[in-house]
Amino acid sequence: MSKIHVTTTVNGEPAEFLCEPQESLLDALRNTLNLTGSKEGCGSGDCGACSVIVDGRLVCSCLMLAAEAGGVSITTIEGIAQGDKLHPIQQKYLEHAALQCGFCTPGFIVATKALLDSNPNPTETEIRYWLAGNLCRCTGYDKIVRAVQDAASEMRGG
Amino acid sequence: MAKVVISGSSCHEFTHGETEFEVAATTFRRLIPELEARFPGLGTHVEEYMAVAIDGVIFQDAYDAQLKPESEIVLIPKIGAG
Amino acid sequence: MTFIGNKSDLRVVGTRPVRPDGVDKVTGRAVFGADAIMSGQITGKVLRSPHAHARIVSIDASKALKLAGVKAVITAADLPNIASEEAFVGEGPMNFRDLSLNCMARGKALYEGHAVAAVAAMTDAIADAALALIDVKYEVLPHVIDVEEAMAPGAPILHDDLFTAGETPKPTKPSNVAKKVRFTIGDVEAGFKAADVIIERRYTTAPVHQAYIEPHACVAAWAADGQCTVISSSQGHFMIRSYCAKLLGIEISNIRVVPAEIGGGFGGKTLVYLEPLALALSKKAGRPVKMVMTREDVFRATGPTSGAAIEMKVGATKDGKITAAQAVMKYQAGAFPGSPINPGLMCAFAMYDLANVDVLGYDVVSNRPKVAAYRAPGAPMASFAAESTIDDLALKLGMDPIELRMKNAAKQGSKTAYGVTHGVIGYEEVLQAAKAHPHWSAPLGKNQGRGFATGFWFNIGGESTGAVFVNEDGTVNVVSGSPDIGGSRASMVMMAAEVLGIDVEKCRAVIPDTSSVGFTNVTGGSRVTYATGMAVTQAAQAVVEDLKKRAAMIWDISPEAVEWKDGEAVPAGANAGGFDPLPLAAIAMKSAKTGGPIGSEVSVNAQGAGPGFGAHICDIEVDPETGHATILRYTAVQDVGRAIHPGYVEGQIQGGAAQGIGWALNEEYIYNKKGLMDNAGFLDYRIPVASDLPMIEAVMVEVPNTRHPFGVRGVGEVPIVPPMAAVGNAIRGAIGIRMEHLPMSPPRIRAAIDGAKMPKAAE
Ligand code: FES
Ligand code: FES
Repeated sequence: MSKIHVTTTVNGEPAEFLCEPQESLLDALRNTLNLTGSKEGCGSGDCGACSVIVDGRLVCSCLMLAAEAGGVSITTIEGIAQGDKLHPIQQKYLEHAALQCGFCTPGFIVATKALLDSNPNPTETEIRYWLAGNLCRCTGYDKIVRAVQDAASEMRGG
Repeated sequence: MAKVVISGSSCHEFTHGETEFEVAATTFRRLIPELEARFPGLGTHVEEYMAVAIDGVIFQDAYDAQLKPESEIVLIPKIGAG
Repeated sequence: MTFIGNKSDLRVVGTRPVRPDGVDKVTGRAVFGADAIMSGQITGKVLRSPHAHARIVSIDASKALKLAGVKAVITAADLPNIASEEAFVGEGPMNFRDLSLNCMARGKALYEGHAVAAVAAMTDAIADAALALIDVKYEVLPHVIDVEEAMAPGAPILHDDLFTAGETPKPTKPSNVAKKVRFTIGDVEAGFKAADVIIERRYTTAPVHQAYIEPHACVAAWAADGQCTVISSSQGHFMIRSYCAKLLGIEISNIRVVPAEIGGGFGGKTLVYLEPLALALSKKAGRPVKMVMTREDVFRATGPTSGAAIEMKVGATKDGKITAAQAVMKYQAGAFPGSPINPGLMCAFAMYDLANVDVLGYDVVSNRPKVAAYRAPGAPMASFAAESTIDDLALKLGMDPIELRMKNAAKQGSKTAYGVTHGVIGYEEVLQAAKAHPHWSAPLGKNQGRGFATGFWFNIGGESTGAVFVNEDGTVNVVSGSPDIGGSRASMVMMAAEVLGIDVEKCRAVIPDTSSVGFTNVTGGSRVTYATGMAVTQAAQAVVEDLKKRAAMIWDISPEAVEWKDGEAVPAGANAGGFDPLPLAAIAMKSAKTGGPIGSEVSVNAQGAGPGFGAHICDIEVDPETGHATILRYTAVQDVGRAIHPGYVEGQIQGGAAQGIGWALNEEYIYNKKGLMDNAGFLDYRIPVASDLPMIEAVMVEVPNTRHPFGVRGVGEVPIVPPMAAVGNAIRGAIGIRMEHLPMSPPRIRAAIDGAKMPKAAE
């Protein structure tokens, strides 16, 4: 079985890797590119821990084949902060204690970024439905929703 | 003499249903051999699986817990973690 | 140990700083179990039983071993055959033989998903191929899943050597009932005679999984000289070390366990599953072996908590005094004994001051995965039954449910069913706060109902080590042996900073491996902030004493003439001399001249944790068409003793409530006729998502625990206890029907509504 050569862009940098035809993008990111910030909670598209943004769309990287990543632009949790400056979403998750174990957090932050990129002023209901694809077992979502609201307001310049 | 109450039925197989004893022991450490002598197997069982509540404060593991005559002393199953 | 300060004197405790490990967790840099790497690691995978109950006739791995890239295959034959030996270890009673048999089946597979063999191979794909080549011959046996069926005469017996404990005379025939236990105070018969009103009901609850989002994962190496290293995510790296040593016959000093970050546990990561297998594979393969469970593995092979069948009877006088309470509780243990039946029995009525209580319980094995602890183990099912029954009692008496509870509330001096008299507790304060909350009196609409329920958990202490080291620039490292699941690093540095009188940002938290800090029990049972917090606080206090001595040496005065104030040494009075204050950093800089490095490590076995009480108010709207229940509003009141970091305390309360809501409405293991789980994934085992829930208001009542320097009670367990009854009572309010089975899923609610419309319909 021969491997597939993929040339792509990850967090704004050119990247290339070899993958098996059946390999998920999540495995390629984690095992080949050493970007272990994206997590596997289920491998079946049900938990959102593996969320990444591909060409502006929120994707479960466990459901996307690595081989399909050629020529696209991928943003992972590792690409959300600018160098040592946290993104306002990250800052607000910290300030609101919106994480306990932190395992779901990369997926939530990426999903929040995708939400606020497309809807800078979401209602609580919109936030809750947008994030319904991301499971958190620790927080009960209360503080996550508040962090998203606060981040949205800050990013709008409020 | 302090009075020790064994809570629940978990020690019945050793004590044949007795649940209250006057004991000479003044510490939990001394209680174990005393119970063992009275009811073979009970001391070991208490040491491994029972905690002692003294006036409402639960000591899960404490040889030096003081058994005073005026205290309420209850042996209860140890509590685990979640 | 002294009680430190009034709340108004505290500078750090009670504030909400950013947690020390926060940035790593929002940037993806934190290393969880599956992220860890050892040089040269290969992959380990487990072959699991496809049958609920089967004799393992033979295992032939020869084909798998011939496959290129396969480095090792192990079965139970490769692990020591552990004799039955019981001990109480941190999270509960444990029989090491059972634990070993749970990690790898020997002779019989006892549930679907039970490990029967494991392989180590160069790649995932080769490991998968190798599993398919292992030829296991099974003789399928009759199985039993339901707890009451398992107790029935003629049920398939799981263990030929299991005889019911607590039965007199000693039984001579093996049984699936591992244990029978009873707690009694007073005389329930007389109590029921004195009652004007009696409510009697029967409840069942489904087993539910802790459903931490991070599947179990580890990487382990067994070196040629016998030294072992394990990196794994667990609720206690010392627990991993003890169990691996026990199950594999390794000396403890030869195992070093490095704690990876842990992606949730809730009690479910207080056991070993993979680590002993990874070590055994590594020994055979001569390479480090990494093992990661799939979500399916997690559901099929790791501990849910018990499902239960509970009969309950409560009586009261017309004016609402409860005269007697009685229950029979049957708890599923899974394939090996050890359900949390004891705490279930003990917690059921611990909120009340009752003269007559009789609770009888059974610990029952069946062909399901062995249960593991789950948040307040045993209490939630018991409380669901008790608090539903008491709600019906209030209804029948025409009393306000909070009023009824106030009338019977446990307080200092109340005797519990297990014979212990409560010390200083905050149950009445919690009830008052709930009653005064605007939520309790807010109006309700059509098809809406409001439920109220309360809960109790002991909270525990236990063995912990904490250390405080002052660096030469005056910054501080706070070291402890407790894995941080929900922000405990933050509370540790806050307690240290409070005692030292310095900024919390100057303190950094470290959780080192098992060879670098003293023994510490698992993170669980709501013990860490209490017990490990006590160790850290005492270490910081010892450091302050030392700093005072050092300052005295610098000033060349007597140590008694030095006081510690706001992070500085100051002369105790005019007589001590007119010295300028010496800040911690200045003393640290001179440490070489005053006696060397400054630091202290303290190990404790904390006793007497302060019990916690919670009261939840829940508003629900039921759609009569679909039976779907929507949570409209939720308020959780809890006595937390004292909140060190209120943000993470609220988080514990909100998270516990959300888990309880899932338990109430949706979560259950669904088995088919073959005894196989039909919903081993997050799609069909549905935990609450953001759109299922409203904001959850956490109200913290603070009745300080005098046994802790800052008044801490544990907080993590209590909030999962009241929700099931709070939700059920709200549904009762909305549709006028008492739901007796968990989960109260839409089809069940719909069926109950339909059934009520028909005259005399069966349950
Ligand atoms: S791991 Fe991709 S959705 Fe769960
Ligand atoms: S913080 Fe643990 S799963 Fe979300």
